[in-house]
This record gives sequence, structure tokens and C-alpha cells, in this order.
Amino acid sequence: MATQSADFQTLSRRYTADKGFRAFIQKGMSGYYKKRDQNKSNFQDWQGARDLAAEIKYEAVNHLDKYLLEFEEKITARGAKVFWAQNAEAARDYILKVAKENNVRSIIKSKTMTSEEIHLNDALEKQGFGVFESDLGEYIVQLRKEAPFHLVFPAMHLTRRQISDLFQKELGSEATDEPEKLTMIARDVMRQKYCEADMGISGTNFAVAETGMISITENEGNARLTTSLPRIHVALLGIEKVLPKLEDLSLFLPMLATAGAGQTMTCYNTMYAGPRQPGEPDGPEQMHIVLLDNRRTELLADAEQRDSLGCIRCGACLNVCPIFKNVGGYSYGTTYGGPIGSVITPHLRGLKDWKHLSAASSLCGACTEACPVKIDLHHHLLQNRRNGAKASPSAAEKVAFGGFSLMMGHPALYRFAVIFGRVFQPLQSLVNGTILDPLRAWTGSRKFPTLAPQSFHQQWKKDRGGKK
Amino acid sequence: MRISLFIPCFVDQLYPNVAWSVVSVLEGLGHEVIFPEGQSCCGQPPFNSGYWDEARSSARVTMKAFRDADVVVGPSGSCVTMIKIFYPDLFKGEPDELEARELAAKTHEFSSFLVNVLGVTDVGAKFAGKVTFHDGCHGLRELGIKSEPRALLAKVKGLELVEMCEAETCCGFGGTFAVKYAPISTAMDEVKCASILETGAETVVSNDSSCLMQIRGMLEKEKSTVRSLHLAEILASK
Repeated sequence: MATQSADFQTLSRRYTADKGFRAFIQKGMSGYYKKRDQNKSNFQDWQGARDLAAEIKYEAVNHLDKYLLEFEEKITARGAKVFWAQNAEAARDYILKVAKENNVRSIIKSKTMTSEEIHLNDALEKQGFGVFESDLGEYIVQLRKEAPFHLVFPAMHLTRRQISDLFQKELGSEATDEPEKLTMIARDVMRQKYCEADMGISGTNFAVAETGMISITENEGNARLTTSLPRIHVALLGIEKVLPKLEDLSLFLPMLATAGAGQTMTCYNTMYAGPRQPGEPDGPEQMHIVLLDNRRTELLADAEQRDSLGCIRCGACLNVCPIFKNVGGYSYGTTYGGPIGSVITPHLRGLKDWKHLSAASSLCGACTEACPVKIDLHHHLLQNRRNGAKASPSAAEKVAFGGFSLMMGHPALYRFAVIFGRVFQPLQSLVNGTILDPLRAWTGSRKFPTLAPQSFHQQWKKDRGGKK
Repeated sequence: MRISLFIPCFVDQLYPNVAWSVVSVLEGLGHEVIFPEGQSCCGQPPFNSGYWDEARSSARVTMKAFRDADVVVGPSGSCVTMIKIFYPDLFKGEPDELEARELAAKTHEFSSFLVNVLGVTDVGAKFAGKVTFHDGCHGLRELGIKSEPRALLAKVKGLELVEMCEAETCCGFGGTFAVKYAPISTAMDEVKCASILETGAETVVSNDSSCLMQIRGMLEKEKSTVRSLHLAEILASK
């Protein structure tokens, strides 16, 4: 068994055993559901909005060659530099090169999951750069030396008390459980970091081809400071983030806010179109755009699952996923957790090592129902299972399902197996729930059903006398 | 109408009473019910596990059994989904794709058949007590069945329906998932059962016996007095 799969089993077992933790996550989500539904009703037609969003993303993803070039041309004309990074290493190397060439010492970052994907902080710190996360949640998990727990709510797994304890230990602050006070403690530290930083690294929510702009949406104002105070701004984005037109944002910004955080709009929405222009008093001297492929083009080549490139990283699928809510973000072992992560990680990091995530689902479809851009998430999990079984079938499953289909294909064998089952059942009851019980995975927590004395097949034949 | 019964393999083996209840309701409405005996399993277990070749050979048996049927009705949102939604995918590009599509078109889930095809909501059932309804995911999200079972339950004399908060939340069964990832499946079952108990209902009802097997398994293990019944069993109560 691959290590990743074994790790998932271990961690998911550990997290599901912690009922207090599960209740905490569940409670955190209940507030989100209420606000999300209120804001969905602000749309004249939420389902119509989803259809339109899916259509726009379909157009963009199927014409990346056109829209990315248009975006590059427009933003380059205003002085930004665009770097096309084929993989994580190329992206890291470019950012390191820019930092070194410009004698950067301190780096401030706003929230970017793409930087988690390429392990950027590690690479920068190894080269001696100080890197500070400015998003409050990200800052908290950075202090704890943890990865974000959730795409949108990186520190949702922590209580106020835990955060207060962390700040006391790391920053020497007073204990408090008031969110405002905790925020002010972080803010005091952060303001200093903004002033010291000579490079700001941000993510990107959308890139607009028509106007050559990037759009960043946030609630804390930290991304604005990150992108405008330091003399160099580096924006990192996956190639799938491009939208054809500026007016597309009028749909996608409220949609992202609604699906992602249950907000009408996030507090700060900013468009960036290049570094400081001649005659402007402020803004960064340099702006670098890093366009990341990192195997997204492999997903693009898969016609069945290409729609998953439409993902706007809102996290709505995680928020409704019963698996995520019970195992939490860290069980996955991936940058992108929850249903979308289970779909794309096998493409981005290899099917063999990550196919177990597609198996770890009851296929309930709540994710697909929640996805604002209508990615067919739970059906993609089925396709990953099929692709995984084809590429590296499990010997045990192959035998089991081979036997299964042989039996189901031959009524006489089916009848024999059924008789066997009725003999087996009383034997199983002797070892029910113990370590000797072959059905223990089920009987550990649930009573196993009893076979009926006679199947419906048998009863029908007896009762209706072979009437077809 | 001549209706061919599609009885999922585990209903055949574990819950024949559910199948008889379907027979009783349909015959009570004056229809002829037949049971093609060549059927075994729709092929969902290998399909869901990624073994599509194996799933196809099991599915072909089902297709053959219902070749001459006018209309096929089954008491399971999940197994009907396998035929109605997934057979067309499973047989895409295969020589028998057309046959798969034909079967998909004439197959119906029990509650949807009653309400949407026969146009019936009152089947003359009586059942005294407070019940809560669990929406099976396949029925709900693949087949879009939400109002149908409720419309049927609303006409049952003596029955009071109390909705649970987590009616649309998965019970955690998911076929082989329930044993491959037993701790997660169990955690989901706990959430579901807690929501059922919160309503104070004496009976939990669903239109899918597979979900009920999962829910019942935990309720019985915890020695709860809450009963679980298939919708057909309620509708067959007089």
C-alpha cells in the first residue's frame, strides 16, 4: 500500500475518533451555511448564475491559448513581466532569482494556495529570506508551522484559546479570547513587516484577458498592503485562473464571496494592472506575474475531467462534504483538500499515489450540488477509480469482482452462493465484532443484517408458481 | 399496466418484505406485476470500485432480464441510478449501448413511478406514528427525487412526518466505502443517527434499503427503539 494511502487511513481514523473536534468543525460550518443561503437568495437565479459561470469557465479553459496570450500582451504593455513556469521548480527558481537580483531581504505574502502547492516558503527560507504571511489565518498556521487546514479558512480548526496560547508563546502577548484583541495583536506585528518588506507575494483570484488585470479578493486589506507597499510585487497564479472579459467579474466576484464565505461581496476587491506607472506617486516598481502549469495541462488534456480546471477555489465543496467535515483538512495530505483535491491531486501528483482519495468517498454528490461552476466532482471520483483500477488493479479486488461478476452472471452460482451465505451467517455470529470476525470493518460499529430465511426469488417462485 | 419488478440483490437476500410491499402497492392499484427471474445484481459494486469490465458483465444479465419489459420499477434510488444514470456511461461505445439507453429510459424508482408516472399520491395506506424521512443521495441528487416520497407519506392516514436537520446528509454507506473506510463511514452514520434521534420520531423511513441497512445497523447496535422501514413497507400498511 502506498504511504500516502496508509497515512490517510491513519489520520482519518485519528480525526474521526475525536468527536469533540468533529463537533467543532460542524459548528463552524453551520454559521457559514446560514449566511451562504441568505446570499444565494440575493441572486435573481442562483442556478442560472451557476450555468453562466460554468459556460464562461468552459470558454476560458478551452481557449487558454488565446486568453493567456491576450492577458500577457495587455499586462506586459503596462510594464509587468510575465514568466511561464512549467512546473513548481521553475516557478520557485524564478521568484528566487528576482529576489536575489533585487537584493531583497524580507518578504511579505498574502494568501495564495498556489504558493503552498509549489512549497514556496520553504524554498525562500532555505535561501535565507524572511517570509511572513499577512493573512491572519495563514499567519496563525505559519506560527504553528502547519499547512492551511482549509483552502479558504486556514485556521478554522483552532479555538480562540489555542490562538491566544500561540500568541502568548510566540509573540509574548497577553491572554485573551476576544477575536478583536487577537486580531490587533497580529496586526501590530504585521504592520511592521509590511514596512520592512521589499517584496510582496500574492495569489490571484482571477486574471482578466481583455484588460490585462489580475483581481484579488480579500477581507482583511492585507493583500492590498502586500501588493502595494514593497517595491516588488510577485503575483502567482495557475494558468486556469484567466477569464475572458472584465464584465465576467461582475458574476464571479459575488459568486466567489457567496460560495466561499457566505458573503455578498468580500470587503476588498482590487484589480492590478502593472507596476507603478510614470507620474504615479506610489505602487511597486516591479510587477512579476508567474503563470504556473505544474501538470494542469495534463488535466486539460483529459476531456472527461477538464471542467475541474474551472475551479475558483471557493472551498464550497469542502464545506458540504461529509468526508471533509469528519476527517478534517490534514488527513488528505494534499495542498487542495476535500472533493476538488481528491479529483485533481491524482492528475497533479500522480494517480498511483493519490487514487485512494477518490475511493474515500460515499459518492453522495453534495460537492457537485454545491459547486458554483458546476464541476462534476463526484462523477470524476468514479472516473479516477476506473482509471486507477485500469492502471494498477488491486489483485484482491480483481479476484473479488471477477468472482462477483461470474456469480451474478450465472443464476445457478448465485443460488449456490446464497445457500453458502446462509450457512456462513450463524458461524459469523459466534465471532461477531471480535478480531476473528471477517466482517469486523462493518460489525465494529454496526449490526450486520440477517439473511432472510428465504430470498425474494425463492418466495416468489413458491408463491407465484414460476409465473414469469 | 404490466410492470416488471427490479429487486436489488441485497433486497432479494435481506429484505424480501420490501419487495412484497412493492408488489402489494402496485397490485393494489390494479396493475399486473411480473418478476423476471433472470435478474441478479445491477453491477454497482464493481462499477463504483472502478472495475467496469466486471460491472458490464453483471449489467448485461440485468439488461437481458428486462429486455422484453414495458416498464421497470425498483425500490432503490441507488440501484435505479445505476441503470438510469450510469448504464449509459458504462456502455458508451459498446455494441449494446443502445440497449443500455433503452433500459435506462424505461426504468423508474418506486416513489417517482407512483407520483410522476402513475400520478398517484394516495395509495390508501394507514400507519400510526411519527416518522422522519432520510433522502438517499442517489435518489436525491442523481434522480432528483425529493418531493415524491413526501407527497406519498402526506397521504398516509395516521402518519406524522417530522423532518430531520440532516435529511439530505449522506448516511455514510457508499457501498464498499462502508468497509474500506469504516471509521469515516461510522462517523457519518453517527451524524445521521443523532439527527434522526433529535426529531423524536419512532420510525425512520427511506426509499433506499442500502441506507437503511447502514442506519439500522447503528441504531440496533446502540439498542435504540427507533425502527427503520422502507417507504414501500409504510405504503403497504393498511
